Amino acid sequence: MTAKSGLQATALSRRSFLVTVGGAGIAVAFGGLPSVALGAETAPVAIGGFAPNVWVTISADGTVSIICPASEMGQGVMTSLPLLIAEDMDADWNKVRVIQAPSDAEKYGNPGFYGIQLTGGSETMRGYYQLLRLVGAQTRKVILAIAASRLDVPTGELTTEPNRVVHSASGRSLDYGEIAAAGELPDPLPEATEADLKPVDRCRYIGRSDIGRIDVPAKVDGTARFGIDVELPDMLYGTVLRAPVPGEQPESIDDVAARAVKGITHIIRLSHGVGIIGESYDAARRAKEALNVTWSTSSRVRRYDSALLAETYRDLGRDLDQPGVAAHTQGDAASAIASATRIVSADYVSDHVHHATMEPMNATALVSGGTVEVWAPTQGPTATLGFAANAAGTTPDKVKVHTTLLGGGFGRRAEADFIIDAVLLAREVQGQPVKVIWSREDDVQHGKYRPLAAQHVQVGLDEGGNIVGWRHRVVADSIFARTMPDMFAGDGGLDTVVTDGTIFNYRVPAHLVEFIRQDNGRDVGFWRAVGYGQNNFGVECMIDEVAAAKGVDPVAFRVELLAEAPRARKVIEAVAEMAEWNREREGRALGLAYTDAFDAHCAQVAEVSLNRESGEIRVHNIWCVVDPGVAVQPVNIEAQVAGAIVHGASHALYEQINIVDGEVQETNFDTYRVMRMSEMPEIHVRVTPTPENKPAGIGEVGLPPTGPAIANAVARLTGGVRLRHYPFLPERVKAALDG
Amino acid sequence: MTAFTINGSAVDVAAEPDTPLLWVIRDELKLTGTKFGCGIAMCGACTVHVDGEPMRSCQTQLQDVAGRQVTTIEGLSPDASHPLQKAWIVEQVPQCGYCQSGQIMQAAALLASNPQPSREQIIEHMDGNICRCGTYGRIISAIERAAQEA
Repeated sequence: MTAKSGLQATALSRRSFLVTVGGAGIAVAFGGLPSVALGAETAPVAIGGFAPNVWVTISADGTVSIICPASEMGQGVMTSLPLLIAEDMDADWNKVRVIQAPSDAEKYGNPGFYGIQLTGGSETMRGYYQLLRLVGAQTRKVILAIAASRLDVPTGELTTEPNRVVHSASGRSLDYGEIAAAGELPDPLPEATEADLKPVDRCRYIGRSDIGRIDVPAKVDGTARFGIDVELPDMLYGTVLRAPVPGEQPESIDDVAARAVKGITHIIRLSHGVGIIGESYDAARRAKEALNVTWSTSSRVRRYDSALLAETYRDLGRDLDQPGVAAHTQGDAASAIASATRIVSADYVSDHVHHATMEPMNATALVSGGTVEVWAPTQGPTATLGFAANAAGTTPDKVKVHTTLLGGGFGRRAEADFIIDAVLLAREVQGQPVKVIWSREDDVQHGKYRPLAAQHVQVGLDEGGNIVGWRHRVVADSIFARTMPDMFAGDGGLDTVVTDGTIFNYRVPAHLVEFIRQDNGRDVGFWRAVGYGQNNFGVECMIDEVAAAKGVDPVAFRVELLAEAPRARKVIEAVAEMAEWNREREGRALGLAYTDAFDAHCAQVAEVSLNRESGEIRVHNIWCVVDPGVAVQPVNIEAQVAGAIVHGASHALYEQINIVDGEVQETNFDTYRVMRMSEMPEIHVRVTPTPENKPAGIGEVGLPPTGPAIANAVARLTGGVRLRHYPFLPERVKAALDG
Repeated sequence: MTAFTINGSAVDVAAEPDTPLLWVIRDELKLTGTKFGCGIAMCGACTVHVDGEPMRSCQTQLQDVAGRQVTTIEGLSPDASHPLQKAWIVEQVPQCGYCQSGQIMQAAALLASNPQPSREQIIEHMDGNICRCGTYGRIISAIERAAQEA
């Protein structure tokens, strides 16, 4: 059958978005680039032979090749990181060609993130900023030293313009290409220090609003190459039928029909499923459907029931006798609360959520004897070396990784399961590359979801209504126990990525955060903003709950608690002004939330209305002010934050993975609902840089406050009805309204 | 063999007649700008034009396009000069970019039939295309810009 695109194709299964069409309007704060005057490009390999360091190569024609050490998954690092080098070396951005780094942590590891290549944790700009600017400054010093020798003048008399060294006194100048052609590196190489970096207000490229992302042109004409687009000579296609429940294995495989599918070359028993290889993806897909597999039934994950666990975790959070590992101890919060005049407490639960990157999981591998080559949309090129080596039965030094563009990451591509699949299948065929593609159903049902979490938050107040103690108990499975076992053990069983966002800059006299770890056998993973995404829900809703208990305005209350945090205060005051906080709305109300995640400061106000019959929330507007410190690429910062707000609203309103008897119930976008255009609020993002501060991470910070801002708005709309369970499904909203 | 026209060139494809057009385009014809997103016509990443109409190629079979004209993102304009492609750059729409071929093809079909769509018409027409990066706001701006400048 032929499916017409557009609404016709989906109308039957998606009535909900049809009825909301027309209610939405979407605004963007910026009006497009005034001009895209400057444009670097990407290139497969460095051009030319003059390499002052491992990051920069300059050719005789002045082309400057710069390495991008991190994975481009939509957050803009392929532009923003090379830009840092270009800035301080005074390269001509039009002549810059960006080369994706190989997996080589010794050369390209993130100095701020364990020295490895792992794009995540909003650590990329934060971790590389200083290093790459110093690389730029050092490159410039090398160029100046050569120019000084060529022109026979002291270095101090030279200045630089983009791609050119100028000796004003004599009117002479040298192009970087001419200097590169000479090819002589000074010995020893000059060193650069922080004193050599340009002050931010004198930067040529940092902070500019007319420099586009270099990956954009290829993303509008179909030439951008993602992992799934890898094409190699003699390539085969593979897919894997995975066990329906983690931990199970195939017991018997009836593959007669599968083998009969035209073009199928291999059917392979794997520990976690059955691998299929064929001459086309379509053949592999058909064969997979034709397989008849009996699975083992011994996995403990078969007892995993997410709805029951949510109740169990909530009970554990409330039960103060259940011990946890202290994540933060300031004063004696438990005693302070015990002797408080009044205690405000609440439980906040967040269901599992899935990444749903638009590009399903995939990878391509070539195994030849003891060597492995991997082409993958991966956030973790360093870890890929070890995982691929293990799967191929060799050592990491025999593995080569090519990082492609990523069609979304959000933490999912920090995992290696899809890469292991490709290597296991390629190992079977030897000498021929195999591209493994997961179906969307595989992707949804075999995710590494954000942990199911319950938070119990208790706040003690004295007679005057002042906070005397704040206790926050987080009950969840651990991500680090699996992904960073040494660190997890070293921290005494604390998982800091799951508790992220519980430690704040509100001033409270005593503060205790506890992690009550659960282990129900199912992998959980890093999901955009990770712990901040769930814990900001607890913190920011509780701030409002305390404000309501005190009968004070939640904005004024935050400002009071943030007397010593001026950057926090400023974004909150600014967003309140933007949203006209004190203006009454007919049938609508505002709620505010704030986060300091990833060194940024981000405050949001949500404007909502509510259909009390159906329980459906409509978010009309989100106003947001974000202080990113130095704004390296302000137009991109606006985009990242606006996109994260969509993601945040989507997960707070719709997204949930339900697991029954260990099996994921959702299968595809028909059952795992993500926000569509008609459901978008109007989003108004204002970026307020503070150039005296180092750049913050910006790809995730927009996500955490959206949910609590919505919940706080609903409470203000309804005279105090609190939504304390993500997602705010209509039936949950109605249950809350009914008390 | 199934004969049809893709981006103006006649092709004859040996794949099974019920093969999804998506995989013919990507794996047989090596035009990888058209993306696999969901396989069930729920996300729009695979949108192409068949005789000028936007279609989800994951749910369109090869035999359905016999004798017809198929256009993919690679064939939308000879040099990325379609007003939408230019507007997409000016508005800096893409983040990860994976859904954007489908978004642009869906939008191009709208402008072809309705050169001056209202915002509500844009949203209604584009609502079947998911963008997980949340670029919806800039998509609307880019379509409005292209409509103005075309």
